[in-house]
Amino acid sequence: MSIVTVQLGQCGNQIGREVFNAICSDVHGTHGLCSKKENESYRDACKERFFCEEETEVPVARAVLVDMEPKVISQTLSMAARSGYWKYDDRSRFCQKQGSGNNWANGYSVHGPRHKEVIMNLVQKEAEKCDRLGGFFTIMSMAGGTGSGLGAFVTQCLRDAFPTSFILNHVIWPYGTGEVIVQNYNSVLTLSHLYQSSDAILVHENDVIHKICSQLMNIKQISFRDVNQVIAHQLGSVFQPTYTAEGGLHYSRNPLGSFQDPSLYTSWLNPRDAFNAWKTPRAFNKYEKSASLVSNSQFLLKPLDNVVGKAWNMFASKAYIHQYTKFGIEEEDFLDSFTALEQVISSYTIL
Amino acid sequence: GQCGNQVGCRFWDLALREHAAVNKKGIYDEALSSFFRNVDTRSGGDGPDIYKGKICSLKARALLIDMEEGVVNEILQGPLRDLFDSKQLITDVSGSGNNWAVGHKLYGYQYRENIVEKLRKTAEHCDCLQCFFIIHSMGGGTGSGLGTFVLNVLEDEFPEVYRFVTSVYPSGEDDVITSPYNSVLAMKELNEHADCVLPIENESLFDIVNKIHQMISSGKLGSTVKQNSLVTSSAGSARTVQEKPFDAMNNIVANLLLNLTSSARFEGSLNMDLNEISMNLVPFPRLHYLVSSLTPLYTLADVNVPSRRLDQMFSDAFSRDHQLIQADPKHSLYLACALLVRGNVQVSDLRRNIERLKPSLHFVSWNQEGWKTGLCSVPPVGHSHSLLALANNTCVKPTFTELKDRFMKLYKKKAHLHHYLHIDGMEQSCFSEAISSLSDLIEEYNELDATKGGPRTDPSRLEIAI
Repeated sequence: MSIVTVQLGQCGNQIGREVFNAICSDVHGTHGLCSKKENESYRDACKERFFCEEETEVPVARAVLVDMEPKVISQTLSMAARSGYWKYDDRSRFCQKQGSGNNWANGYSVHGPRHKEVIMNLVQKEAEKCDRLGGFFTIMSMAGGTGSGLGAFVTQCLRDAFPTSFILNHVIWPYGTGEVIVQNYNSVLTLSHLYQSSDAILVHENDVIHKICSQLMNIKQISFRDVNQVIAHQLGSVFQPTYTAEGGLHYSRNPLGSFQDPSLYTSWLNPRDAFNAWKTPRAFNKYEKSASLVSNSQFLLKPLDNVVGKAWNMFASKAYIHQYTKFGIEEEDFLDSFTALEQVISSYTIL
Repeated sequence: GQCGNQVGCRFWDLALREHAAVNKKGIYDEALSSFFRNVDTRSGGDGPDIYKGKICSLKARALLIDMEEGVVNEILQGPLRDLFDSKQLITDVSGSGNNWAVGHKLYGYQYRENIVEKLRKTAEHCDCLQCFFIIHSMGGGTGSGLGTFVLNVLEDEFPEVYRFVTSVYPSGEDDVITSPYNSVLAMKELNEHADCVLPIENESLFDIVNKIHQMISSGKLGSTVKQNSLVTSSAGSARTVQEKPFDAMNNIVANLLLNLTSSARFEGSLNMDLNEISMNLVPFPRLHYLVSSLTPLYTLADVNVPSRRLDQMFSDAFSRDHQLIQADPKHSLYLACALLVRGNVQVSDLRRNIERLKPSLHFVSWNQEGWKTGLCSVPPVGHSHSLLALANNTCVKPTFTELKDRFMKLYKKKAHLHHYLHIDGMEQSCFSEAISSLSDLIEEYNELDATKGGPRTDPSRLEIAI
């Protein structure tokens, strides 16, 4: 059961590297706190899931790296190779030179169609390397231009090319106060589009992770590397092979499949189905015990409402709109996106 | 023009210095390729471009234009001469006589083909051309007139390539009497054809130079200042002989351009490319004038940097002492603000300082969180970190209204008009259209200012039927 990861933009690539690092170091860790046989079974499942075993070399991550400027991918590839434990496939990358300028329209309407074939070919190659394809995992930020715009476009393409596969989008919610001035526009456009093609959207908010770094981990000067490592650690623990409630001796559960359930946890849903617990005796990354919670709740209602509110406020004054119309995203497209998200907000509010 | 080429000369010198400090192995890398070509000159003359491997001979990706020969000739005889070849130059002998019409209409018409051809050649050498930088002054004839003519050509021939303009504005006491005419005529072109303008005032540059002089001579600094860290210094560059009068001031502008492009050239945890600057700082097409401030102005040689010093850097960026134009952003309205940080600074430092400074700044109602940030790992030469702040703020309005007033003083009396009107293609309407364009721009800033401090009523949200 394998997952193909698509890393999009600076954020996607920087996080992606930390995720594979976390998984790899977990796999190679000696503190599994379980039997040797258990450990081997875990290891094999993990490797199969995220890496492709080459004959003489270190495991190669099942990933496609996409960015519209070259610096981040270069760095990502070299840092991975330097670890000595794993690497990326040099050919599984696509980059351009000029970037997307934090412009969702540039990512979606220009870079997307222009580079669709090349990117999808790379994805196809990775998919073919898998014995059993569990699905796709994309990593992107909502604030910029490539991860957000091109990410939304690529997700659509994945849906079209692999209609029955699971697609999980890992989306980074930017800091509330400025990383990018047009981040709220980019976020609204991204989310409304992802809703149409994605099976599930897993969210990490920079503000929240930042708090974890400062208050829980006591890091004084927090860097993006610190933030990304926390995120990677959380993702790693969610994706580690586990047993389903029905038991079984094999790590066969598709980690993405369980997210397929679109229903909300309302009173009309049987509580037994609402909560799924997966366990494994094998410890993750040297923690004696760990638990990860992934939930679909009203938790994201406030941030979502916030982002939509700020974006709407800016839209009312028509600020920056000319930058989007320049690349083919018109006011009507914005309105469609706002409408779609207001519907999501209502749906969560009336729960 | 003279100003453009003198600033340009300092820019290329300091750019080489910056790259030499990071590029120890002499390999022609991506960072270098943003500003320089690598040419194989072993077979003599102009060989083919080399894209990888060792540096052979670097050539600046530049076009040097002046209607007088003096400045360009000096560059070609100086230590930077190998950076340029004859195909990158367009010069004449008689100059533009501080007359925008001569620069724009006369020389523009005469040299158009030559300009287009040379631009095409330089563009062809680029893998992926993203941006043109124009460096010029507004008050004279060549930089102002021919410079804005070139701006038009760039838009016509390369519509998708960004046009960033660094413009030196004349002061009130400028000794060129017709500088208001030249500046206003040029402003119309900047309004209509530039993506981003960074206005610079000599007064501000002069103040910075003085401030540094005072600090050093007063002995207040105690320990020694690192020479090559001075924002005004040429230390460590190719310019080893006695510095020219404007060198210190021009070095400041050169450093501005280096910091502006640092995140596009070097790696970092949050890259900021030039197209992102344009995207985030220009909410409406014509409001593209950005106030810049640079910090620190120097670094002390033996001081460790506790985070309090780091915070001081952020405070300084919002102090008028560090701005490159005379303006008061704190008492005006911010439309958007960008912070380009270099060196050992992390996201938590950024966030802490934004939270700290935000309350004292006024942001427009629809952009209360209007901050764009970038983190580049490579600091400038001589520093462990630095900050360039770019603000789109209504505080530029006084610069424009004063310019308009000076223009009107001359125009009402029709002073010196005949020098312009007798140039082919130049008519009275050129003047009236130019002043009208400037007035419209000032009005746009007025309308925004009127919203400052007013009641905040957010527009009501869309209502969805379930």
